[in-house]
Amino acid sequence: MAITVSASDNALPGAPLSARLTPPQVWGIVLLAPYLLVFLAFVLYPVGYGLWLARQPSSYVALAHDPIFARAAVNTLIFLVIGINLKMLIALFLSGFFVQERRWIKWLSVIFILPWAVPSIPTILSVRFMLNPEWGMVNQLIFKFTGDDGPNWLNDPSVALAMAIGVHIWKSLPFWTLILITGRLAISHDLFEAAAVDGATFWQKFRYITWPSMQTLYVTCTLLSMIWTLGDFNSVYLLTGGGPADLTHVLSTLGIRYLRLDQLNLAMASIVCAMPLVLPLVYFMMKRLSR
Amino acid sequence: MKLPTLREVSTEARLLLIGIPVFVWTMVPIYHMFLFAISPKEDAFSGKFWPDHPTLHNFEIVFREQHYFLRDFYIQFWNSLVIAAAVGALTLFVATAAAFSISRLRVPGGRFVMNLALFTYFIPAAFLAVPMYRTMATYGLLNNHWSLILAMVTIASPYAIWVLKQASDKLPVELDEAAVVDGATTLQIFRLVYLPLMMPSLVAIGTYAVLLAWNEYLYAFLLLSNDRDITLPVALGNFLAADDSPWELLMTTGFIYALPPAAIYYAFKRYMVGGLTAGAVKS
Repeated sequence: MAITVSASDNALPGAPLSARLTPPQVWGIVLLAPYLLVFLAFVLYPVGYGLWLARQPSSYVALAHDPIFARAAVNTLIFLVIGINLKMLIALFLSGFFVQERRWIKWLSVIFILPWAVPSIPTILSVRFMLNPEWGMVNQLIFKFTGDDGPNWLNDPSVALAMAIGVHIWKSLPFWTLILITGRLAISHDLFEAAAVDGATFWQKFRYITWPSMQTLYVTCTLLSMIWTLGDFNSVYLLTGGGPADLTHVLSTLGIRYLRLDQLNLAMASIVCAMPLVLPLVYFMMKRLSR
Repeated sequence: MKLPTLREVSTEARLLLIGIPVFVWTMVPIYHMFLFAISPKEDAFSGKFWPDHPTLHNFEIVFREQHYFLRDFYIQFWNSLVIAAAVGALTLFVATAAAFSISRLRVPGGRFVMNLALFTYFIPAAFLAVPMYRTMATYGLLNNHWSLILAMVTIASPYAIWVLKQASDKLPVELDEAAVVDGATTLQIFRLVYLPLMMPSLVAIGTYAVLLAWNEYLYAFLLLSNDRDITLPVALGNFLAADDSPWELLMTTGFIYALPPAAIYYAFKRYMVGGLTAGAVKS
Protein backbone atom coordinates (compact mmCIF):
# COMPACT_ATOMS: atom_id res chain seq x y z
CA MET A 1 0.00 0.00 0.00
CA ALA A 2 1.38 3.40 -0.94
CA ILE A 3 1.09 5.02 2.43
CA THR A 4 3.38 7.85 3.37
CA VAL A 5 3.40 9.72 6.64
CA SER A 6 4.20 13.33 5.96
CA ALA A 7 5.94 14.51 9.08
CA SER A 8 5.83 18.22 9.65
CA ASP A 9 8.92 19.87 8.25
CA ASN A 10 9.71 22.15 11.14
CA ALA A 11 9.63 19.45 13.77
CA LEU A 12 12.51 19.77 16.18
CA PRO A 13 13.63 16.37 17.34
CA GLY A 14 13.91 16.10 21.09
CA ALA A 15 11.58 18.95 22.04
CA PRO A 16 8.41 17.98 23.97
CA LEU A 17 5.48 17.24 21.69
CA SER A 18 3.35 20.18 22.81
CA ALA A 19 6.17 22.63 22.09
CA ARG A 20 6.70 21.30 18.59
CA LEU A 21 3.10 21.76 17.52
CA THR A 22 1.54 25.03 16.46
CA PRO A 23 -2.04 25.74 17.66
CA PRO A 24 -3.55 24.84 14.24
CA GLN A 25 -1.74 21.52 14.40
CA VAL A 26 -3.13 20.84 17.86
CA TRP A 27 -6.59 21.59 16.52
CA GLY A 28 -5.83 19.38 13.54
CA ILE A 29 -5.17 16.45 15.83
CA VAL A 30 -8.24 17.19 17.95
CA LEU A 31 -10.47 17.36 14.88
CA LEU A 32 -8.99 14.21 13.42
CA ALA A 33 -9.52 12.31 16.66
CA PRO A 34 -13.23 11.44 16.19
CA TYR A 35 -12.57 9.64 12.94
CA LEU A 36 -9.48 7.93 14.32
CA LEU A 37 -11.56 6.64 17.24
CA VAL A 38 -14.23 5.34 14.88
CA PHE A 39 -11.54 3.70 12.77
CA LEU A 40 -9.78 2.05 15.70
CA ALA A 41 -12.94 0.81 17.40
CA PHE A 42 -14.99 -0.26 14.40
CA VAL A 43 -12.52 -1.07 11.62
CA LEU A 44 -9.09 -1.93 12.98
CA TYR A 45 -10.21 -3.91 15.99
CA PRO A 46 -12.93 -5.93 14.18
CA VAL A 47 -10.69 -6.65 11.19
CA GLY A 48 -7.78 -7.66 13.41
CA TYR A 49 -10.01 -9.79 15.56
CA GLY A 50 -11.58 -11.37 12.48
CA LEU A 51 -8.18 -12.22 10.99
CA TRP A 52 -7.14 -13.72 14.31
CA LEU A 53 -10.27 -15.89 14.24
CA ALA A 54 -9.40 -17.03 10.73
CA ARG A 55 -5.88 -18.13 11.65
CA GLN A 56 -6.53 -21.86 12.07
CA PRO A 57 -5.77 -24.05 9.05
CA SER A 58 -8.60 -26.35 10.12
CA SER A 59 -11.14 -23.68 9.09
CA TYR A 60 -9.80 -23.73 5.55
CA VAL A 61 -9.87 -27.51 5.45
CA ALA A 62 -13.50 -27.39 6.56
CA LEU A 63 -14.24 -24.79 3.88
CA ALA A 64 -12.57 -26.86 1.20
CA HIS A 65 -14.83 -29.76 2.16
CA ASP A 66 -17.97 -27.65 2.09
CA PRO A 67 -19.51 -27.92 -1.41
CA ILE A 68 -21.54 -24.77 -0.71
CA PHE A 69 -18.33 -22.78 -0.45
CA ALA A 70 -17.02 -23.95 -3.82
CA ARG A 71 -20.36 -23.18 -5.40
CA ALA A 72 -20.47 -19.74 -3.77
CA ALA A 73 -16.96 -18.95 -5.04
CA VAL A 74 -17.96 -19.88 -8.60
CA ASN A 75 -21.20 -17.92 -8.30
CA THR A 76 -19.28 -14.88 -7.09
CA LEU A 77 -16.95 -15.07 -10.09
CA ILE A 78 -19.90 -15.38 -12.47
CA PHE A 79 -21.59 -12.47 -10.74
CA LEU A 80 -18.49 -10.30 -11.09
CA VAL A 81 -17.19 -11.27 -14.50
CA ILE A 82 -20.46 -11.57 -16.38
CA GLY A 83 -22.76 -9.39 -14.28
CA ILE A 84 -20.50 -6.38 -13.86
CA ASN A 85 -19.19 -6.33 -17.41
CA LEU A 86 -22.68 -6.65 -18.80
CA LYS A 87 -23.86 -3.84 -16.52
CA MET A 88 -20.99 -1.54 -17.48
CA LEU A 89 -21.47 -2.18 -21.20
CA ILE A 90 -25.16 -1.32 -20.89
CA ALA A 91 -24.27 1.75 -18.84
CA LEU A 92 -21.78 2.84 -21.51
CA PHE A 93 -24.39 2.38 -24.20
CA LEU A 94 -27.16 4.14 -22.25
CA SER A 95 -24.90 7.05 -21.35
CA GLY A 96 -24.68 7.68 -25.10
CA PHE A 97 -28.46 7.57 -25.27
CA PHE A 98 -29.03 9.94 -22.36
CA VAL A 99 -26.72 12.67 -23.68
CA GLN A 100 -29.02 13.12 -26.69
CA GLU A 101 -30.78 16.45 -26.34
CA ARG A 102 -34.50 15.75 -26.30
CA ARG A 103 -37.07 16.90 -23.82
CA TRP A 104 -38.51 13.40 -23.38
CA ILE A 105 -35.05 11.92 -22.76
CA LYS A 106 -34.54 14.50 -19.98
CA TRP A 107 -37.75 13.28 -18.36
CA LEU A 108 -36.81 9.66 -18.89
CA SER A 109 -33.47 10.25 -17.17
CA VAL A 110 -35.31 11.57 -14.11
CA ILE A 111 -37.40 8.38 -13.95
CA PHE A 112 -34.39 6.22 -14.78
CA ILE A 113 -32.73 7.19 -11.47
CA LEU A 114 -35.61 5.74 -9.42
CA PRO A 115 -34.12 2.25 -8.82
CA TRP A 116 -31.08 3.86 -7.28
CA ALA A 117 -33.10 6.39 -5.26
CA VAL A 118 -35.53 3.94 -3.67
CA PRO A 119 -34.42 1.36 -1.07
CA SER A 120 -33.67 -2.07 -2.45
CA ILE A 121 -35.63 -4.17 0.03
CA PRO A 122 -39.20 -3.50 -1.18
CA THR A 123 -38.25 -3.50 -4.86
CA ILE A 124 -36.29 -6.75 -4.67
CA LEU A 125 -39.16 -8.37 -2.78
CA SER A 126 -41.48 -7.02 -5.47
CA VAL A 127 -39.41 -8.81 -8.13
CA ARG A 128 -39.40 -11.91 -5.97
CA PHE A 129 -43.16 -12.06 -6.00
CA MET A 130 -43.34 -11.30 -9.73
CA LEU A 131 -41.28 -14.45 -10.28
CA ASN A 132 -43.48 -16.60 -8.05
CA PRO A 133 -44.32 -19.66 -10.16
CA GLU A 134 -48.03 -19.76 -9.26
CA TRP A 135 -49.10 -16.25 -8.34
CA GLY A 136 -46.42 -14.09 -9.92
CA MET A 137 -47.27 -11.76 -12.76
CA VAL A 138 -44.61 -13.16 -15.10
CA ASN A 139 -45.94 -16.69 -15.13
CA GLN A 140 -49.56 -15.56 -15.25
CA LEU A 141 -48.69 -13.58 -18.38
CA ILE A 142 -46.92 -16.58 -19.90
CA PHE A 143 -49.99 -18.67 -19.16
CA LYS A 144 -52.31 -16.08 -20.66
CA PHE A 145 -50.41 -15.90 -23.95
CA THR A 146 -49.16 -19.44 -24.46
CA GLY A 147 -51.39 -21.56 -22.23
CA ASP A 148 -48.27 -23.17 -20.77
CA ASP A 149 -46.99 -22.99 -17.22
CA GLY A 150 -43.94 -20.77 -16.99
CA PRO A 151 -40.64 -21.95 -15.52
CA ASN A 152 -40.15 -22.11 -11.77
CA TRP A 153 -37.78 -19.14 -11.91
CA LEU A 154 -36.18 -19.15 -8.50
CA ASN A 155 -36.07 -22.91 -8.12
CA ASP A 156 -33.46 -23.46 -10.81
CA PRO A 157 -30.06 -22.41 -9.46
CA SER A 158 -28.66 -20.99 -12.71
CA VAL A 159 -31.85 -19.11 -13.57
CA ALA A 160 -32.12 -17.87 -9.98
CA LEU A 161 -28.53 -16.59 -10.09
CA ALA A 162 -29.22 -14.89 -13.42
CA MET A 163 -32.25 -13.23 -11.85
CA ALA A 164 -30.14 -12.05 -8.90
CA ILE A 165 -27.67 -10.56 -11.37
CA GLY A 166 -30.62 -8.92 -13.12
CA VAL A 167 -31.79 -7.40 -9.85
CA HIS A 168 -28.30 -6.14 -9.15
CA ILE A 169 -28.12 -4.55 -12.59
CA TRP A 170 -31.57 -3.03 -12.16
CA LYS A 171 -30.51 -1.44 -8.90
CA SER A 172 -27.07 -0.07 -9.77
CA LEU A 173 -27.28 0.61 -13.52
CA PRO A 174 -28.59 4.20 -13.01
CA PHE A 175 -25.66 5.15 -10.81
CA TRP A 176 -22.99 3.99 -13.25
CA THR A 177 -24.85 5.42 -16.22
CA LEU A 178 -24.91 8.76 -14.44
CA ILE A 179 -21.16 8.62 -13.86
CA LEU A 180 -20.46 7.71 -17.48
CA ILE A 181 -22.78 10.52 -18.64
CA THR A 182 -20.63 13.03 -16.74
CA GLY A 183 -17.64 11.44 -18.46
CA ARG A 184 -19.21 11.87 -21.88
CA LEU A 185 -20.27 15.44 -21.22
CA ALA A 186 -16.68 16.31 -20.36
CA ILE A 187 -15.54 15.52 -23.91
CA SER A 188 -15.11 18.67 -25.97
CA HIS A 189 -17.89 19.12 -28.50
CA ASP A 190 -15.46 20.51 -31.06
CA LEU A 191 -13.93 17.07 -31.55
CA PHE A 192 -17.25 15.64 -32.69
CA GLU A 193 -17.93 18.59 -34.96
CA ALA A 194 -14.52 18.26 -36.58
CA ALA A 195 -15.11 14.53 -37.03
CA ALA A 196 -18.52 15.21 -38.58
CA VAL A 197 -16.91 17.61 -41.05
CA ASP A 198 -14.46 14.87 -41.99
CA GLY A 199 -17.39 12.53 -42.55
CA ALA A 200 -16.69 10.15 -39.68
CA THR A 201 -19.25 7.41 -39.10
CA PHE A 202 -21.00 6.84 -35.80
CA TRP A 203 -18.70 3.95 -35.00
CA GLN A 204 -15.56 5.88 -35.93
CA LYS A 205 -16.60 8.73 -33.61
CA PHE A 206 -16.98 6.26 -30.78
CA ARG A 207 -13.80 4.38 -31.58
CA TYR A 208 -11.50 7.41 -31.99
CA ILE A 209 -13.05 10.12 -29.80
CA THR A 210 -15.44 8.80 -27.15
CA TRP A 211 -13.64 5.63 -26.10
CA PRO A 212 -10.10 7.07 -25.79
CA SER A 213 -11.36 9.88 -23.55
CA MET A 214 -13.51 7.57 -21.45
CA GLN A 215 -11.52 4.37 -21.11
CA THR A 216 -9.77 5.31 -17.86
CA LEU A 217 -13.07 6.27 -16.28
CA TYR A 218 -14.70 3.12 -17.62
CA VAL A 219 -12.02 0.82 -16.22
CA THR A 220 -12.05 2.62 -12.87
CA CYS A 221 -15.83 2.29 -12.68
CA THR A 222 -15.68 -1.40 -13.57
CA LEU A 223 -13.14 -2.16 -10.84
CA LEU A 224 -14.96 -0.08 -8.26
CA SER A 225 -18.21 -1.78 -9.13
CA MET A 226 -16.54 -5.19 -8.74
CA ILE A 227 -15.33 -4.33 -5.23
CA TRP A 228 -18.77 -3.08 -4.20
CA THR A 229 -20.56 -5.98 -5.78
CA LEU A 230 -18.51 -8.38 -3.66
CA GLY A 231 -20.33 -6.78 -0.73
CA ASP A 232 -23.76 -6.92 -2.38
CA PHE A 233 -25.76 -8.98 0.05
CA ASN A 234 -29.29 -7.83 -0.76
CA SER A 235 -29.60 -8.87 -4.41
CA VAL A 236 -29.00 -12.52 -3.65
CA TYR A 237 -30.28 -12.82 -0.10
CA LEU A 238 -33.60 -11.06 -0.60
CA LEU A 239 -34.34 -12.67 -3.95
CA THR A 240 -33.32 -16.29 -3.44
CA GLY A 241 -32.16 -16.46 0.18
CA GLY A 242 -29.20 -18.44 -1.18
CA GLY A 243 -31.55 -21.21 -2.26
CA PRO A 244 -32.56 -23.52 -3.78
CA ALA A 245 -30.50 -25.93 -1.68
CA ASP A 246 -27.88 -23.21 -0.95
CA LEU A 247 -26.82 -23.25 -4.61
CA THR A 248 -27.07 -19.52 -5.34
CA HIS A 249 -24.95 -18.19 -2.47
CA VAL A 250 -22.23 -15.69 -3.20
CA LEU A 251 -19.36 -15.05 -0.78
CA SER A 252 -21.14 -12.17 0.93
CA THR A 253 -24.28 -14.17 1.72
CA LEU A 254 -22.24 -17.26 2.59
CA GLY A 255 -20.25 -15.35 5.21
CA ILE A 256 -23.47 -14.18 6.82
CA ARG A 257 -24.89 -17.71 6.61
CA TYR A 258 -21.93 -19.10 8.56
CA LEU A 259 -22.30 -16.25 11.02
CA ARG A 260 -25.96 -17.10 11.58
CA LEU A 261 -24.99 -20.74 12.10
CA ASP A 262 -22.52 -19.56 14.75
CA GLN A 263 -19.52 -20.74 12.71
CA LEU A 264 -17.64 -17.50 12.99
CA ASN A 265 -14.24 -18.95 12.10
CA LEU A 266 -15.68 -20.38 8.86
CA ALA A 267 -17.30 -17.03 8.10
CA MET A 268 -13.99 -15.23 8.50
CA ALA A 269 -12.08 -17.92 6.61
CA SER A 270 -14.45 -17.61 3.63
CA ILE A 271 -13.87 -13.85 3.63
CA VAL A 272 -10.10 -14.31 3.83
CA CYS A 273 -10.38 -16.60 0.79
CA ALA A 274 -11.83 -13.65 -1.14
CA MET A 275 -8.83 -11.46 -0.31
CA PRO A 276 -6.66 -12.55 -3.28
CA LEU A 277 -9.47 -11.10 -5.39
CA VAL A 278 -10.17 -8.03 -3.27
CA LEU A 279 -6.70 -6.80 -2.38
CA PRO A 280 -5.35 -6.29 -5.94
CA LEU A 281 -8.52 -4.37 -6.80
CA VAL A 282 -8.23 -2.29 -3.64
CA TYR A 283 -4.54 -1.64 -4.24
CA PHE A 284 -5.25 -0.49 -7.77
CA MET A 285 -8.11 1.75 -6.69
CA MET A 286 -6.11 3.27 -3.84
CA LYS A 287 -3.28 4.12 -6.21
CA ARG A 288 -5.73 5.73 -8.55
CA LEU A 289 -7.75 7.69 -6.01
CA SER A 290 -5.24 8.75 -3.38
CA ARG A 291 -3.26 10.95 -5.74
CA MET B 1 -44.19 24.21 -40.80
CA LYS B 2 -41.33 22.07 -42.06
CA LEU B 3 -41.96 18.37 -42.33
CA PRO B 4 -39.29 16.22 -40.65
CA THR B 5 -36.98 14.46 -43.08
CA LEU B 6 -36.88 10.70 -43.34
CA ARG B 7 -33.49 10.72 -41.65
CA GLU B 8 -34.81 12.65 -38.65
CA VAL B 9 -37.76 10.31 -38.32
CA SER B 10 -35.54 7.25 -38.36
CA THR B 11 -33.20 8.75 -35.73
CA GLU B 12 -36.18 9.53 -33.53
CA ALA B 13 -37.57 6.03 -34.02
CA ARG B 14 -34.26 4.47 -33.03
CA LEU B 15 -34.12 6.61 -29.89
CA LEU B 16 -37.64 5.52 -29.00
CA LEU B 17 -36.63 1.92 -29.57
CA ILE B 18 -34.09 2.36 -26.78
CA GLY B 19 -36.16 4.67 -24.59
CA ILE B 20 -39.28 2.53 -24.33
CA PRO B 21 -37.51 -0.64 -23.09
CA VAL B 22 -35.50 1.48 -20.64
CA PHE B 23 -38.73 2.95 -19.27
CA VAL B 24 -40.40 -0.44 -18.94
CA TRP B 25 -37.35 -2.07 -17.35
CA THR B 26 -37.05 0.74 -14.81
CA MET B 27 -40.70 0.94 -13.87
CA VAL B 28 -41.84 -2.69 -13.76
CA PRO B 29 -40.70 -3.61 -10.21
CA ILE B 30 -41.81 -0.24 -8.84
CA TYR B 31 -45.17 -0.35 -10.60
CA HIS B 32 -45.67 -3.91 -9.39
CA MET B 33 -45.10 -2.73 -5.84
CA PHE B 34 -47.55 0.13 -6.29
CA LEU B 35 -50.09 -2.21 -7.90
CA PHE B 36 -49.99 -4.51 -4.87
CA ALA B 37 -50.36 -1.55 -2.53
CA ILE B 38 -53.67 -0.49 -4.14
CA SER B 39 -55.05 -4.01 -4.74
CA PRO B 40 -57.24 -6.12 -2.52
CA LYS B 41 -55.64 -9.51 -1.90
CA GLU B 42 -57.64 -11.38 -4.61
CA ASP B 43 -56.76 -8.83 -7.29
CA ALA B 44 -53.09 -8.76 -6.31
CA PHE B 45 -52.70 -12.49 -6.83
CA SER B 46 -54.58 -12.57 -10.15
CA GLY B 47 -51.81 -11.07 -12.30
CA LYS B 48 -53.85 -8.12 -13.57
CA PHE B 49 -52.18 -4.91 -14.71
CA TRP B 50 -54.76 -2.82 -12.90
CA PRO B 51 -56.97 -4.03 -10.06
CA ASP B 52 -60.73 -4.40 -10.63
CA HIS B 53 -61.35 -2.56 -7.39
CA PRO B 54 -58.44 -0.25 -6.57
CA THR B 55 -58.49 0.61 -2.90
CA LEU B 56 -56.55 2.40 -0.20
CA HIS B 57 -57.62 -0.22 2.32
CA ASN B 58 -54.08 -1.65 2.59
CA PHE B 59 -52.76 1.74 3.66
CA GLU B 60 -55.51 1.94 6.25
CA ILE B 61 -54.46 -1.44 7.68
CA VAL B 62 -50.83 -0.35 7.82
CA PHE B 63 -51.55 3.02 9.41
CA ARG B 64 -53.84 1.41 11.99
CA GLU B 65 -51.34 -1.42 12.64
CA GLN B 66 -54.18 -3.91 12.07
CA HIS B 67 -52.05 -6.95 11.29
CA TYR B 68 -49.78 -9.23 13.25
CA PHE B 69 -46.74 -8.18 11.19
CA LEU B 70 -47.58 -4.51 11.51
CA ARG B 71 -48.24 -4.14 15.19
CA ASP B 72 -45.04 -2.12 15.72
CA PHE B 73 -45.16 -0.16 12.47
CA TYR B 74 -44.94 3.31 14.01
CA ILE B 75 -42.16 2.51 16.42
CA GLN B 76 -40.19 0.83 13.62
CA PHE B 77 -40.71 3.83 11.37
CA TRP B 78 -39.54 6.06 14.22
CA ASN B 79 -36.46 3.83 14.76
CA SER B 80 -35.52 4.16 11.09
CA LEU B 81 -35.99 7.91 11.29
CA VAL B 82 -33.95 8.42 14.47
CA ILE B 83 -31.13 6.18 13.29
CA ALA B 84 -30.93 7.83 9.87
CA ALA B 85 -30.90 11.31 11.43
CA ALA B 86 -28.24 10.31 13.96
CA VAL B 87 -26.06 8.75 11.28
CA GLY B 88 -26.40 11.87 9.12
CA ALA B 89 -25.45 14.20 11.97
CA LEU B 90 -22.58 12.10 13.31
CA THR B 91 -21.12 11.41 9.86
CA LEU B 92 -21.20 15.11 9.05
CA PHE B 93 -19.47 15.93 12.33
CA VAL B 94 -16.77 13.26 12.04
CA ALA B 95 -16.11 13.77 8.33
CA THR B 96 -16.14 17.56 8.29
CA ALA B 97 -13.74 17.72 11.23
CA ALA B 98 -11.42 15.19 9.60
CA ALA B 99 -11.54 16.82 6.16
CA PHE B 100 -10.84 20.27 7.64
CA SER B 101 -7.96 18.85 9.63
CA ILE B 102 -6.43 16.98 6.70
CA SER B 103 -7.03 19.47 3.93
CA ARG B 104 -6.86 22.90 5.60
CA LEU B 105 -4.71 22.39 8.71
CA ARG B 106 -2.45 19.86 6.98
CA VAL B 107 -2.08 17.92 10.19
CA PRO B 108 0.97 15.59 10.31
CA GLY B 109 -0.10 12.11 9.28
CA GLY B 110 -3.21 13.44 7.59
CA ARG B 111 -2.39 11.72 4.35
CA PHE B 112 -1.96 8.44 6.19
CA VAL B 113 -5.41 8.80 7.80
CA MET B 114 -6.88 9.62 4.40
CA ASN B 115 -5.44 6.39 3.06
CA LEU B 116 -6.86 4.45 6.00
CA ALA B 117 -10.26 5.93 5.27
CA LEU B 118 -9.99 5.10 1.57
CA PHE B 119 -8.99 1.57 2.47
CA THR B 120 -12.06 1.24 4.67
CA TYR B 121 -14.19 2.56 1.82
CA PHE B 122 -13.04 -0.38 -0.29
CA ILE B 123 -13.80 -3.13 2.21
CA PRO B 124 -17.00 -4.73 0.89
CA ALA B 125 -19.71 -3.93 3.44
CA ALA B 126 -20.93 -7.51 3.77
CA PHE B 127 -17.41 -8.67 4.62
CA LEU B 128 -16.95 -6.11 7.38
CA ALA B 129 -20.36 -7.09 8.75
CA VAL B 130 -19.11 -10.42 10.10
CA PRO B 131 -16.35 -9.14 12.42
CA MET B 132 -18.42 -6.01 13.14
CA TYR B 133 -21.22 -8.15 14.53
CA ARG B 134 -18.83 -9.91 16.84
CA THR B 135 -17.21 -6.65 17.92
CA MET B 136 -20.56 -5.09 18.76
CA ALA B 137 -21.28 -8.12 20.91
CA THR B 138 -17.95 -7.60 22.69
CA TYR B 139 -18.81 -3.94 23.29
CA GLY B 140 -22.21 -5.03 24.63
CA LEU B 141 -24.03 -2.93 22.04
CA LEU B 142 -26.10 -5.64 20.31
CA ASN B 143 -29.81 -4.81 20.19
CA ASN B 144 -28.94 -1.24 20.98
CA HIS B 145 -29.56 1.47 18.41
CA TRP B 146 -26.06 2.78 18.97
CA SER B 147 -24.60 -0.35 17.40
CA LEU B 148 -26.35 0.36 14.10
CA ILE B 149 -25.66 4.09 14.28
CA LEU B 150 -21.94 3.58 14.90
CA ALA B 151 -21.67 0.86 12.27
CA MET B 152 -23.31 3.09 9.66
CA VAL B 153 -21.11 6.06 10.62
CA THR B 154 -18.10 3.77 10.13
CA ILE B 155 -19.32 2.85 6.67
CA ALA B 156 -20.44 6.32 5.60
CA SER B 157 -17.56 8.44 6.88
CA PRO B 158 -14.67 7.25 4.64
CA TYR B 159 -16.47 8.33 1.49
CA ALA B 160 -17.70 11.47 3.23
CA ILE B 161 -14.18 12.43 4.28
CA TRP B 162 -12.87 11.77 0.81
CA VAL B 163 -15.50 13.86 -0.97
CA LEU B 164 -15.19 16.69 1.56
CA LYS B 165 -11.41 16.64 1.30
CA GLN B 166 -11.60 16.88 -2.50
CA ALA B 167 -14.01 19.80 -2.17
CA SER B 168 -11.97 21.64 0.45
CA ASP B 169 -8.75 21.21 -1.50
CA LYS B 170 -10.40 23.41 -4.14
CA LEU B 171 -10.94 26.33 -1.74
CA PRO B 172 -8.12 28.88 -2.17
CA VAL B 173 -5.59 28.76 0.65
CA GLU B 174 -5.48 32.60 0.63
CA LEU B 175 -8.85 32.61 2.41
CA ASP B 176 -7.35 30.97 5.48
CA GLU B 177 -4.27 33.16 5.31
CA ALA B 178 -6.37 36.32 5.13
CA ALA B 179 -8.43 35.17 8.10
CA VAL B 180 -5.27 34.46 10.09
CA VAL B 181 -3.94 37.95 9.30
CA ASP B 182 -7.23 39.35 10.61
CA GLY B 183 -6.55 37.49 13.84
CA ALA B 184 -9.05 34.65 13.44
CA THR B 185 -8.48 31.54 15.54
CA THR B 186 -8.56 28.10 13.98
CA LEU B 187 -12.06 27.46 15.24
CA GLN B 188 -13.29 30.78 13.88
CA ILE B 189 -11.88 29.91 10.47
CA PHE B 190 -13.66 26.57 10.67
CA ARG B 191 -16.98 28.07 11.69
CA LEU B 192 -17.04 31.36 9.77
CA VAL B 193 -14.99 30.65 6.62
CA TYR B 194 -14.90 26.91 6.04
CA LEU B 195 -18.40 25.72 6.89
CA PRO B 196 -20.32 28.34 4.85
CA LEU B 197 -18.16 27.71 1.77
CA MET B 198 -18.57 23.96 2.07
CA MET B 199 -22.36 24.07 2.39
CA PRO B 200 -23.25 22.41 -0.96
CA SER B 201 -20.91 19.47 -0.29
CA LEU B 202 -22.17 19.20 3.28
CA VAL B 203 -25.76 18.96 2.05
CA ALA B 204 -24.74 16.24 -0.40
CA ILE B 205 -22.84 14.27 2.23
CA GLY B 206 -25.57 14.64 4.85
CA THR B 207 -28.12 13.37 2.36
CA TYR B 208 -25.83 10.51 1.37
CA ALA B 209 -25.38 9.38 4.97
CA VAL B 210 -29.08 9.68 5.82
CA LEU B 211 -30.11 7.67 2.75
CA LEU B 212 -27.43 5.06 3.39
CA ALA B 213 -28.68 4.51 6.93
CA TRP B 214 -32.36 4.59 6.01
CA ASN B 215 -31.83 2.01 3.25
CA GLU B 216 -29.51 -0.31 5.15
CA TYR B 217 -30.76 -3.85 5.57
CA LEU B 218 -27.85 -6.19 6.34
CA TYR B 219 -26.37 -4.41 9.35
CA ALA B 220 -29.79 -3.58 10.76
CA PHE B 221 -30.85 -7.19 10.54
CA LEU B 222 -27.65 -8.46 12.15
CA LEU B 223 -27.37 -5.92 14.95
CA LEU B 224 -31.00 -5.44 16.00
CA SER B 225 -33.52 -8.16 16.68
CA ASN B 226 -36.28 -7.16 19.11
CA ASP B 227 -39.51 -6.27 17.33
CA ARG B 228 -39.60 -2.88 18.99
CA ASP B 229 -35.94 -2.07 18.24
CA ILE B 230 -35.70 -3.03 14.58
CA THR B 231 -35.92 -0.63 11.66
CA LEU B 232 -38.50 -0.84 8.88
CA PRO B 233 -36.39 -2.78 6.35
CA VAL B 234 -35.78 -5.54 8.90
CA ALA B 235 -39.50 -5.63 9.62
CA LEU B 236 -40.13 -6.00 5.88
CA GLY B 237 -37.69 -8.90 5.73
CA ASN B 238 -39.48 -10.54 8.68
CA PHE B 239 -42.70 -10.69 6.63
CA LEU B 240 -41.05 -13.52 4.69
CA ALA B 241 -40.81 -15.67 7.80
CA ALA B 242 -44.43 -16.76 7.38
CA ASP B 243 -45.58 -19.09 4.62
CA ASP B 244 -48.77 -17.12 4.00
CA SER B 245 -47.15 -13.69 3.99
CA PRO B 246 -49.62 -10.87 3.37
CA TRP B 247 -47.76 -9.67 0.27
CA GLU B 248 -50.18 -6.83 -0.41
CA LEU B 249 -49.42 -5.41 3.05
CA LEU B 250 -45.70 -6.05 2.64
CA MET B 251 -45.72 -4.10 -0.62
CA THR B 252 -47.82 -1.31 0.92
CA THR B 253 -45.40 -0.94 3.83
CA GLY B 254 -42.49 -1.12 1.40
CA PHE B 255 -44.07 1.59 -0.72
CA ILE B 256 -44.48 3.87 2.31
CA TYR B 257 -40.91 3.11 3.33
CA ALA B 258 -39.57 3.91 -0.15
CA LEU B 259 -41.27 7.31 -0.41
CA PRO B 260 -39.09 9.41 1.98
CA PRO B 261 -35.73 8.47 0.41
CA ALA B 262 -37.07 9.03 -3.10
CA ALA B 263 -38.45 12.42 -2.05
CA ILE B 264 -35.19 13.40 -0.34
CA TYR B 265 -33.19 12.26 -3.33
CA TYR B 266 -35.20 14.34 -5.77
CA ALA B 267 -35.28 17.34 -3.43
CA PHE B 268 -31.48 17.38 -3.14
CA LYS B 269 -30.77 16.04 -6.59
CA ARG B 270 -28.77 19.01 -7.77
CA TYR B 271 -26.44 18.74 -4.75
CA MET B 272 -26.25 14.96 -4.99
CA VAL B 273 -25.33 14.79 -8.66
CA GLY B 274 -22.77 17.57 -8.44
CA GLY B 275 -21.29 16.58 -5.10
CA LEU B 276 -21.32 12.83 -5.30
CA THR B 277 -20.80 11.76 -8.89
CA ALA B 278 -17.90 14.15 -9.29
CA GLY B 279 -16.37 12.70 -6.16
CA ALA B 280 -17.34 9.10 -6.74
CA VAL B 281 -14.89 8.44 -9.50
CA LYS B 282 -12.02 10.71 -10.28
CA SER B 283 -10.43 9.78 -13.56
